[in-house]
Amino acid sequence: MPGPTNPMSLFDVASRAMSAQLVRMNASASNLANAGNVSGTEEGAYRPLRPVFAEELDRSSGMATVRVTGVYRQDTAPKRSHDPDHPLADANGDVWESPVDENAELVEMMESARQYQNVVEAMQTAKQLMLETMRMK
Amino acid sequence: MSNSLLGIHGTALELRSQRLGLLSSNLANAGTPGYKAKDIDFAAALKARTSGASEDTAIASATRYRVPVMPSLDGNTVEMATEQTAFAENAVGYSATLSFIRGRVETITRAIKGE
Repeated sequence: MPGPTNPMSLFDVASRAMSAQLVRMNASASNLANAGNVSGTEEGAYRPLRPVFAEELDRSSGMATVRVTGVYRQDTAPKRSHDPDHPLADANGDVWESPVDENAELVEMMESARQYQNVVEAMQTAKQLMLETMRMK
Repeated sequence: MSNSLLGIHGTALELRSQRLGLLSSNLANAGTPGYKAKDIDFAAALKARTSGASEDTAIASATRYRVPVMPSLDGNTVEMATEQTAFAENAVGYSATLSFIRGRVETITRAIKGE
């Protein structure tokens, strides 16, 4: 682990950024999987998950990586619809549907995948250069 | 000793490597809200380094915040096109410097062997 005696390497930066993007993609996949879920109560309805990223600076090397500060529930009201025939319907005949925006989730997933790819490519280039430097006689 | 052997290329390689790390940090933070992209002005850093400043001071004095073409709403100033171009440019520069060093080392090796 990077610390005061062990400065962060380029590979730490890349691997942590990849982990953070993976958390983001997992959250998005969970949201998509729960799109259209219904619940009998407003509190019981699924609310979309959102990870929050923060910068983590390593002072000894001057490099900054990413940290996931937490995964939070998005504060959006579930959609209420009147469906008395639904087995989960409450006394008024209402059910609550999870407020997942599929389009937004897809865009989120695509952006995350692109950023992941970018970091992988940067790491590959850096690795290649490091290997070339090492092989020099 | 190493300085007289490799000339300016040793310092250049050090700075290129530092810049590689900084640009990777920018790419890693492409999705972090409020992150401000930074870059090292390579020419300025090399000038400071060759005029006697230490590596840390030279880099600190030549590090600048990137001015975004279009600022985004979440305060992040990483622009993929800019960062990728800078990264590619730096990688090519690193490779070129490495070739110069390799040439120097080959010359010295040949001189030692007396070929």
